[in-house]
Amino acid sequence: MENPSNNSKVTRRRFMRDSVRSVLALGIGAVSGLLIGRSTKQNIVWQLDPEKCVQCGRCATDCVLDESAVKCVHAYDVCGYCELCGGYSKPDAHELDTAAENQLCPTGAIQRSFIEDPYFEYTINEKLCIGCAKCVKGCGSFGNGSLYLQVRHDRCVNCNDCAIARNCPGEAFSRMPSDRPYLLKGEQGLT
Amino acid sequence: MKKLNINTSRAGLFLILFIVILMIGSSAFTQNRFPKPEFESDYQQSQTTTPDPQAQIYEVMDLFVLFLMLVLATYFAHRKRSRHALFILAIVSVIYFGFWRKGCVCSVGSLQNITLALFDKSFMIPVVVVLFFALPLIFTLFFGRTFCASVCPLGTVQELVLIRPMTLPKWLSRILGLFPYLYLGLTLLFAATGAAFLICRFDPFVAFFRMNGSLDMLILGAFFLVTSTVIGRPYCRFVCPYGVLLGWMSSLSRTHVTITPDECIKCRLCENACPYDAIQKPVPEQNPENRKTGLRRLKMLLLIAPLVILTLGWTFSRLHPLLSRVHYTVRLADQIQREDSGQTDLTTLESQGFRSSGTPTKVLYDEALRIQKQFNIGGWILGGFMGLVIIWQLVGVSIIRHRKDYEIDRFSCVSCARCFNYCPREKNKKKTKVNE
Repeated sequence: MENPSNNSKVTRRRFMRDSVRSVLALGIGAVSGLLIGRSTKQNIVWQLDPEKCVQCGRCATDCVLDESAVKCVHAYDVCGYCELCGGYSKPDAHELDTAAENQLCPTGAIQRSFIEDPYFEYTINEKLCIGCAKCVKGCGSFGNGSLYLQVRHDRCVNCNDCAIARNCPGEAFSRMPSDRPYLLKGEQGLT
Repeated sequence: MKKLNINTSRAGLFLILFIVILMIGSSAFTQNRFPKPEFESDYQQSQTTTPDPQAQIYEVMDLFVLFLMLVLATYFAHRKRSRHALFILAIVSVIYFGFWRKGCVCSVGSLQNITLALFDKSFMIPVVVVLFFALPLIFTLFFGRTFCASVCPLGTVQELVLIRPMTLPKWLSRILGLFPYLYLGLTLLFAATGAAFLICRFDPFVAFFRMNGSLDMLILGAFFLVTSTVIGRPYCRFVCPYGVLLGWMSSLSRTHVTITPDECIKCRLCENACPYDAIQKPVPEQNPENRKTGLRRLKMLLLIAPLVILTLGWTFSRLHPLLSRVHYTVRLADQIQREDSGQTDLTTLESQGFRSSGTPTKVLYDEALRIQKQFNIGGWILGGFMGLVIIWQLVGVSIIRHRKDYEIDRFSCVSCARCFNYCPREKNKKKTKVNE
């Protein structure tokens, strides 16, 4: 009595398992197929929209890297090359010189070089820049807004869930396909 | 310039606000206050450098390595039955996926990308991520959780540091074992609504792999690392939401590793070999329970099932105001509302940023309400799911099934191959092989 009932139970269970397994396999296949259909071949990389940036300073502190992947970059063709630069000198600077106490940048990462009277070129030393956005605020308030923050792909480790994006008060971060890896200001941004 | 709809009685207030906005957010627009000069000297304008993102080839290589390691792990567990080989593969996984590739993106986290991509069509998902999600599941469906054994970097880290395994009381591991279901539900809810990537937010080992990270992540990592020296794979067993999916697949898998190579002689030697509570003892038939009592209990459980499901569903849906605060927009809307109604004088960076963007508050409120509605529905589903899980577990506990041999619990076994070495049949087989 017991044996046949036992046997049929085993086969019934096996049959159930087999069918559920096939359904699951089909399900996984269908979901993957659907998503692959509209997926991108490129990697996804992080960028911040300079137009949305509110210069809060969190890029400097919230990145998972000790030294943030976000740095200040300079759109040269937007710059006015002024001697009185809101991004370079402190608003209450005594003199418009290169003295440390007159510089807005806390790490002295902006380098100024003379071109011709009265124009100066400003370059960012990325090794020193911490992405605090002080200069970005200064440049945007008094100048053309040619200094801005951007995620640098040589540093960014592409976290699936970017720690800065999570806390960005301007909701400026977005995912970009890696064939268009930069959101830049000025002429370079147009191409 | 932005156009503002100015109510005349409040014009003054708006004017002040406008000036404030101009001061805060003036840099939101690139302005040409000082046009670029025309240089007389031969100055060459520099270009903004644009370092390339990491080459595509690495992601393809990750996929290839994942596939290769899945094949190897399956081969080592099923055919070679070699703990030694699996252990070496585990070290490779920690070095490659962990320390070298820094742990992103992993199969566990890809669950969120998949969910968000299903709910939000504008969310871009690379092919690699889809395959990182699907490949381990497919492999598990056929061969059991060999992915966990020595491919997943999160699991293998815990495997490597497990020095002195301790067995938790059955009741405790059962209760803790419910957490992954809740975590899975919450992860899906937050990912589907675009609120947060919970798994990444509380990833235990990514900070360890990068030797870098925020303080809470480092503390979390240290906690799990220390715990896993005495408790086998705490993250896999009591947290990992992807592990729930893998467990389901493994329960139905086509083949699975077995403790003995041939027949069980019930020597009880393997009983303590498993640090993951995945070996089920034989259940003797000597005291068969009255069939009627068992059936009545099952009927009772099935009767209260709808009640449990509805109660939990209702409870979680009532939690939606709290849960939805995880979403940025809901938090922001709440802050703006409290500022506008005078409940608080303190503005936050978020609210300042929002006001400088010029979006009307109504748009924000509508969006927040829409998200809260989603969380309400999601709460019902999450609660219902938890109810189902609890009933299912109770059914599993109350049905006593006769078991002749020591068997592997397919749901929780990670195919680590520890028990093989304890089995005398295995040793016997190896000996005869050598003698031949």
